[in-house]
Amino acid sequence: MKFLDEYRDARIARTLAKEVAANTTRDWVLMEICGGQTHTIMRYGLDEILPKQIELVHGPGCPVCVTPLETIDKAIALALHPDVILVSYGDMLRVPGSNSDLFRAKAEGADVRVAYSPSEAVKIARANPDKKVVFLAIGFETTAPANAMAAWLAKRDGLKNLSLLVSHVLVPPAIRALLATPENRVQGFIAPGHVCTVMGYSEYEGLVRDFNVPIVVGGFEPVDLLEAVLMLVKQLERGEARVENQYVRSVTYQGNVRAQEVVREVFEIADQKWRGIGMIPNSGLRLSDAYADYDANRIFDLDLISADEPAECISAKVLQGLRKPTDCPAFAIRCTPENPLGAPMVSSEGACAAYYHYRRHAGSLTKIAV
Amino acid sequence: MGTKSVELRSTGRARAPVPTRAVMADGVKLASLSCPAPLTTRDRILLGHGSGGKLSAELVRDIFLPAFANPTLARLNDQAVVQVNGSRLAITTDSFVVKPLFFPGGDIGSLAVHGTINDLAMGGAQPLFLSVAFILEEGLPMETLQRVVVSLQRAADDAGVQVVTGDTKVVEKGKGDGLFINTTGIGVVQQGLELSADRAQPGDKVILSGFIGDHGIAILAQREGLEFETTIESDSAALHGLVAHMLNTQYEGGAPLLARVARTGNSEVCTSGAIRCMRDPTRGGLSSTLNEIAEQSRVGIEIEEEKIPVRDDVRGACEMLGLDPLYVANEGKLVAIIAPDAADALVEIMRQHPLGKEARIIGAITDKSASLVTMRTTLGTTRIVDMLAGDQLPRIC
Repeated sequence: MKFLDEYRDARIARTLAKEVAANTTRDWVLMEICGGQTHTIMRYGLDEILPKQIELVHGPGCPVCVTPLETIDKAIALALHPDVILVSYGDMLRVPGSNSDLFRAKAEGADVRVAYSPSEAVKIARANPDKKVVFLAIGFETTAPANAMAAWLAKRDGLKNLSLLVSHVLVPPAIRALLATPENRVQGFIAPGHVCTVMGYSEYEGLVRDFNVPIVVGGFEPVDLLEAVLMLVKQLERGEARVENQYVRSVTYQGNVRAQEVVREVFEIADQKWRGIGMIPNSGLRLSDAYADYDANRIFDLDLISADEPAECISAKVLQGLRKPTDCPAFAIRCTPENPLGAPMVSSEGACAAYYHYRRHAGSLTKIAV
Repeated sequence: MGTKSVELRSTGRARAPVPTRAVMADGVKLASLSCPAPLTTRDRILLGHGSGGKLSAELVRDIFLPAFANPTLARLNDQAVVQVNGSRLAITTDSFVVKPLFFPGGDIGSLAVHGTINDLAMGGAQPLFLSVAFILEEGLPMETLQRVVVSLQRAADDAGVQVVTGDTKVVEKGKGDGLFINTTGIGVVQQGLELSADRAQPGDKVILSGFIGDHGIAILAQREGLEFETTIESDSAALHGLVAHMLNTQYEGGAPLLARVARTGNSEVCTSGAIRCMRDPTRGGLSSTLNEIAEQSRVGIEIEEEKIPVRDDVRGACEMLGLDPLYVANEGKLVAIIAPDAADALVEIMRQHPLGKEARIIGAITDKSASLVTMRTTLGTTRIVDMLAGDQLPRIC
């Protein structure tokens, strides 16, 4: 299949891995930000073919994982309301809130529908004028334009029965937060290609300047990621710190300007809580005042209690790259994708779930430095 | 844990946002976690219980097996084989709730025949008779029922089985999804033939009869809200002809697939010999089937990614939808576990049959990592092929 097979080509992948080895003289800790990239690394076992000195740690870029508990609880509460149709991306349905998940709410009679695109929520709202349709609008910068478009369309068409329960997170503030912690070990970042397709990569220049850390925008296929690792290693070995773009077939410097305009019109930057990490200033989006009538948080009265967390879960350390999922005593024993204790086990793209699904077999983890 | 119930009042108008209790004044506080409690108790049936994955297995293990415990059931094969007056009868039952009722490559009627025949065939049985039960929703157009019945009868004719009994129930409008079908099948198994998922041994080869994922993607492409154009057709087909061909063809230069053993009197008895077991990878896909075999035989299975045939358009659809073809349903494919010295010959024999043209060895049974399925990736690395908890969910990005 064109544009896919060449980026999964074993010969090219092995050549790149050899080139990484040839350019590596010391240990480097690199972090891929996006859950999709983590998924590819685990699925193809890229860490197995890279030299021992390269340690890949996995960032907080799984939007499902980092959606706060409160948002899940609110979504479940709204879904159980008899007048409400809750529309969600599919992988949110299994994410546990404090006491339930959306699959269970569905089994209890809630009208929960899976959508591939927020525009489906608009269609559902039009088709069900006597119902209140709530779209669970989560994600990184990648899904923000489409989610914004749903609110924009609802406002333009005067749709009164559609609202958005928003939990949007932004990548650059999260990288900044990671770099600002004293325990930080990460020496180079692979920035998320899909996020940068929308946003471009100018906003990573400040991070490079402030923290002297190289950042390479990377794609999602094995060859993309190996090439991004090579670009990072070359910079690190030379003592450089620049923003580079590996994912040139999709990402431009300025990004998708029209998409950014829609996001700016509908959303505004706000402090945001990340599940498994905590509050990060200015790291999220919320609906602007002009779109208050479409904000489920404002039109529904949602009084909620936040839950205590099991102390056993080391998700904050995993999401900062300080620990591996397999360092956790609960991993694959008390914490599994069926019964997740914490954020990174929740979605298939979370780091712990990726290890569980692809790498928990004996012997294959030996090469991963701890 | 916070267990206070949630109050929800829809006011229908804007109001100030609720302040979040957990706001941290001093900026980032990375040590603060917000992990959920595990949802260990399952007090209701979820859709995932019908997915053929881990939740389905839990239901069988925790609810059905303890209640109905007996040695035949305990083998957990797709069909039960029982002795009746010296004959070996295979029995199986399956219910069909597919939506839409009509899809490229088939419909619920033909599927109800193929699915049940295939469950019989995987035990090496010659299918003979079917029962058909319809659960119809009030208001269903008669023309729809007529089309389904005609298709069902045609599929039964083609397969050489007879529908010999049936039942009809009608439920109120809104209480059913148009039309559900249950079929039960009965067939006969040769004496001595023992195909069972607990017979895989280290060294055995894993054979797959053809392309995977066709049925699941053909159905998905028809679903509401997923408007993508494709020419993918369901692979829905009755496999008993292919199975009979596999069991009955003799080949030169090796031990017969079915060892013929002389018994008392004039009768000659077959044993399954080289063929250990067969399974059709339906819902839950190839991965669930392999995991079941690994689990029941307490062995490891290692497959090779580049040997698994997936059509380009199925791959393309899976990429777009964020699905893995290993978990997508098939309705006309089989997996056979076979002794190593007979594997190449069996592949040749399967390729002589129209439904086995793409048959190939995709992996082997190993004695390392018991009950685990692993895959050698195209890059030469190894990863687990896990059984999913429930259905594969469309991913956000």
